[in-house]
Amino acid sequence: MIVAELKPLDQITALLNGYRSILLAGCGECVTVCSAGGEKEVQSLAAALRLWYRHRGVAARVHTVVIQRQCEPEFLAEADPLVAKADCVLSLGCGVGVQFLAERHPQIPVFPALDTKFAGGTVEPGWWGERCGLCGDCILHLTGGICPIIRCSKSLLNGPCGGSQGGRCEVNEEIECAWQLIYDRLKGQGRLEELEAILPPKDWSRARDGGPRRVIREDLRP
Amino acid sequence: MKAGTRLERLLKAGHFVVTAEIGPPKGASGQEIVNHARLMKGYVDAANLTDNQTAIVRLCSMAAALHVLRAGVEPVMQITCRDRNRIALQSDVLGAASLGIRNILCLTGDHQSFGNHPTSRNVFDLDSIQLLAGLRSMRDERRFMCGEEMRHPPSIFLGAAANPFGDPLEFRLVRLAKKVAAGADFIQTQAIFDLERFRRWMSMVRDAGLHERVYILAGIVPPKSPGALRYMREVPGMSVPEDLIERMRKVPRGRRAEEGVRIAVELIQQLREVEGVRGVHIMAIMWEEVVPEIVSRAGLYPRPQVPEEEPPA
Ligand code: SF4
Ligand code: SF4
Repeated sequence: MIVAELKPLDQITALLNGYRSILLAGCGECVTVCSAGGEKEVQSLAAALRLWYRHRGVAARVHTVVIQRQCEPEFLAEADPLVAKADCVLSLGCGVGVQFLAERHPQIPVFPALDTKFAGGTVEPGWWGERCGLCGDCILHLTGGICPIIRCSKSLLNGPCGGSQGGRCEVNEEIECAWQLIYDRLKGQGRLEELEAILPPKDWSRARDGGPRRVIREDLRP
Repeated sequence: MKAGTRLERLLKAGHFVVTAEIGPPKGASGQEIVNHARLMKGYVDAANLTDNQTAIVRLCSMAAALHVLRAGVEPVMQITCRDRNRIALQSDVLGAASLGIRNILCLTGDHQSFGNHPTSRNVFDLDSIQLLAGLRSMRDERRFMCGEEMRHPPSIFLGAAANPFGDPLEFRLVRLAKKVAAGADFIQTQAIFDLERFRRWMSMVRDAGLHERVYILAGIVPPKSPGALRYMREVPGMSVPEDLIERMRKVPRGRRAEEGVRIAVELIQQLREVEGVRGVHIMAIMWEEVVPEIVSRAGLYPRPQVPEEEPPA
């Protein structure tokens, strides 16, 4: 899933300066799962904003909606009447949701309430970890199912840098060294000799370095 | 002969070589580098110029290498993958070779979070192994990394780093073998204080026959104080035995620098005895002036001379 986190309240209120009718738009997918922009978070941010306006004696209206999937036009349509009544939308979707909402409403400012972080998953309750750098050319079969592109701080393809120690990355004690993980896993499977091969430079043109990407499936096109 | 640099000629002739590190300054003056080079001239066979080490912005390694070259010392230009993509890496190496800077040490590079611009973006388009392979193909196959042919390939002698103390230990050897397979002609190791662990690593290197395929220069850092040793022990991928720290601690403050030199000299003498060690690389950053004394006291002065050879056309 896409993992995101709520921006600090003072940053959000700074975005809303001057607007008096605000629609908070959550999303029912990833950001609900990572507890950043689902129903619960939308309601609590709305409550916080109402309080904030009341303290300052500002008459502002804060409305809420949770769109089932902000990155899909079909679902966005449901929120059209609410958006039409607002002078700005504060989206609690990921960066994709914010943009899809904005594209649909050329006249209405749409602001992000979240910082969109990464493609990852739940490690433990309340702990999400990054797993994929969306490189467009997956090589997990070569690295024991552990992604060195995003989990090694230097995206090394040929084994650990000199700073790996005790399973930890040189950058930070909290980061597991991806190459230690890869090594341990392949060792456990008796596949260590696979690490002797030199992986050639990656074709980054398939990642974002090639420019914004799209996927076209002719069989699904109207 | 791959490039015919002085470093290569000496190694090939079987001499025990001495290289030393010069850290470029955080400013636009090359004077300090020139001073250090003049000081080391005759005591070292080549001097490494670091490439924004620990990700702190400094005068670039190519310019620094040129200062050293003009001062009469052969440079080893360090180049990291942190700040340049394959376009810039190849271009810089061509430029360096055109200036007569022909020993190139290929490094991954410290992460920028260690340096003074932690909010910068990193590149890591290639890793050091891919860089080695790419530069070798420029030299030997006269081809850019994309496969395109070139008219004047760089005549370069390629180095890489190795850390005998990093984890996972067994994988370190695999990585060294990969570096050799990718094109490393010489290796400069991480600073060695833990001789026991280094000897174990070297015996693994010999078992794999790697000491016959690559010239290994052992890294030496003269310690200045027990604090410096303790600090180095905390650096990821370093191993510093407790008794060495203890030895340094017992020496009165005013005589610790002298003790540091003694430790460096002893380490060199012991490393010389290790089969497969073909030289030492002295890293006395911010203390470069001590290098001649260490070299002399280790019995490595004067440096041997070998006849010039024309680099391959
Ligand atoms: S190799 Fe690429 S696609 Fe596969 S997990 Fe890593 S970043 Fe994602
Ligand atoms: S310590 Fe491990 S994860 Fe960190 S940069 Fe080095 S190889 Fe990558």
